[in-house]
Amino acid sequence: MKCIFLTYTITNDRLALHSQGEWRLHTVRQVAQELEHLPRASDITWDFSGLEGFDSAGVLLFIDTLKRLEEGATVHIVGYTPQQEAMYQLLHQTDTTSPIEPPREGVVMRMGVEGVALYQLWRDFFTFLGHLVMAWVQTLRHPRNFRFKEIVYHIHRSGLNALLITGLSAFLVGLVIAYQSGVQLEKFGADLFIVDTVGISITRELAPMITAIVIAGRSGSAYTAEIGAMKITEEIAAMRTMGFDPYYFLVIPRIVALMVALPLLIFFADMMGIVGGMVASKLQLGISMGQFVDRLSEVLEVKHYLLGMIKGPVFAFLIAMIGCFRGLQVAHNTESIGLHTTASVVNGIFLVIAFDALFSVLYTELGL
Amino acid sequence: MIRVEGVVTRFGSRVIHDGVSLHIKRGEIYGILGESGSGKSVLMKEMIMLLAPTAGRIAILGTPLETIGVTEAQALRRKWGVLFQFGALFSSLTIAQNIEVQLKEYTNLTRKMRQALVHSKLTMVGLDASVGLLYPSQLSGGMVKRAALARALAMEPELLFLDEPTSGLDPIGARNFDALIVELRALLGVTVVVITHDLDSVFTIVDRMSVLADKRVVAEGSIDEILTSTHPFVEEFFKNEYTQKYREEHHHV
Repeated sequence: MKCIFLTYTITNDRLALHSQGEWRLHTVRQVAQELEHLPRASDITWDFSGLEGFDSAGVLLFIDTLKRLEEGATVHIVGYTPQQEAMYQLLHQTDTTSPIEPPREGVVMRMGVEGVALYQLWRDFFTFLGHLVMAWVQTLRHPRNFRFKEIVYHIHRSGLNALLITGLSAFLVGLVIAYQSGVQLEKFGADLFIVDTVGISITRELAPMITAIVIAGRSGSAYTAEIGAMKITEEIAAMRTMGFDPYYFLVIPRIVALMVALPLLIFFADMMGIVGGMVASKLQLGISMGQFVDRLSEVLEVKHYLLGMIKGPVFAFLIAMIGCFRGLQVAHNTESIGLHTTASVVNGIFLVIAFDALFSVLYTELGL
Repeated sequence: MIRVEGVVTRFGSRVIHDGVSLHIKRGEIYGILGESGSGKSVLMKEMIMLLAPTAGRIAILGTPLETIGVTEAQALRRKWGVLFQFGALFSSLTIAQNIEVQLKEYTNLTRKMRQALVHSKLTMVGLDASVGLLYPSQLSGGMVKRAALARALAMEPELLFLDEPTSGLDPIGARNFDALIVELRALLGVTVVVITHDLDSVFTIVDRMSVLADKRVVAEGSIDEILTSTHPFVEEFFKNEYTQKYREEHHHV
């Protein structure tokens, strides 16, 4: 056998081993293979003077092999350097067998852990709501301390800066709705009803929902990431020690700001959605802008617009609340920011859709 | 081992280094000193290829960094270990996994061998085997530094970069960490480059050092050589009871 790291001679049950070459991280696997094919002997002399280099991987391999050889033979070690001995002394008592990966949990264990986590999540959520109410009471009691500056700042960031994206989204949705229904309405010769379809569906349903979903992705995630980062850098702990309640300073301004900004964005989305419908009607059905507006003022009752608008503050509250709650849930590590930001957006969008369905049922039951 | 020649670093119009040169020999513990903002960390980042200097030459282990190729750079990166100031342990991995990650990626070792190596590294830095199962967020500041040092040692580096290893540690923890560095140097024969402004470390563990001030190296050499410098920063930095005592002990006896 061709050996690079080892040579040996054997004479009547006496084995003379010579280590050579470099016993290092990238060679020990090969060294280990060579060591496995040693002939049996009862008296072994192991010479290290030929070793050109070693590191702790080499020493660990030596320790391992020595243990194995000593089971059936007496081993004499010669030719080692003081440095090799020092490392041997340090490492030969190291416990190398205890696992380095946490034990896998069973299904029952995982279910239990998940269950407890879920319970804690809900408990935390209600604690959050409780704090929020307390902070509101505090705000109403001392309205003079209300953080107007922060609120205006957040309206600017979550509202004004989102105009382009919400407007564009609503415009495209209006365009698509008009195109799709246009094809169907044309078959019945009911071309002009496109105005009813677009006007009512946009103002009552689509603009509020599209805007809320865009904002949940945009501002909900931002709130979580901001507050989460502050939590990790202990800024929130610092605020608490100074007597600045994070609910009062961080949560309420964001919620109020979004409750103001979202209805305004919805109003803008209403207009852009209708413009989108108008453009598609003109292109596909040849309905002129003038005709469209005339018909719109006839069929679009104010109530549809109002019913859509009422959803704004509710959606805004849900999105901002979830964003802040998830932000405050962030703990310890940077990974947790990512997890909670994702959760914040998913929860936010789901809640928006769920509440939209709830509104639909409510409006229908009330005969609106 | 490391040769830095005429390094100039500019961020926009701000000049950090204006002709920094130093020379680090094999097997020594080399200190880089200087006040905050003197560009110590930037210099180290340039040595470990996280930043490129605006001008000047740096050669690590005989490889010039200006002309280095991708493959060479990867090979070079495996020959050094870096301890970041705040540990920079991967927070989603356990300590053991943090130490293991490079072994898993770059070597063909068996699972059992990797496990033994992880344990040997924990032993070397004086951490209990059970620490391996914990996550970085569960450790104290001193333990994070030790764990990060264990990770830096994982690939059996020839060269070790330490960015303020004793900052944030209590005095006892800091002295123990110093002792650990000296011990590891004796055991593994590594060359250590350490950024520090801990005077205790400067006097006890550092063999040679350079002092960065006024955008360049104002003094280089052993502590005795440094103390002969009359540069205002050196005088101010070393002018305290500690130095007085050292001077008395070493020069008046």
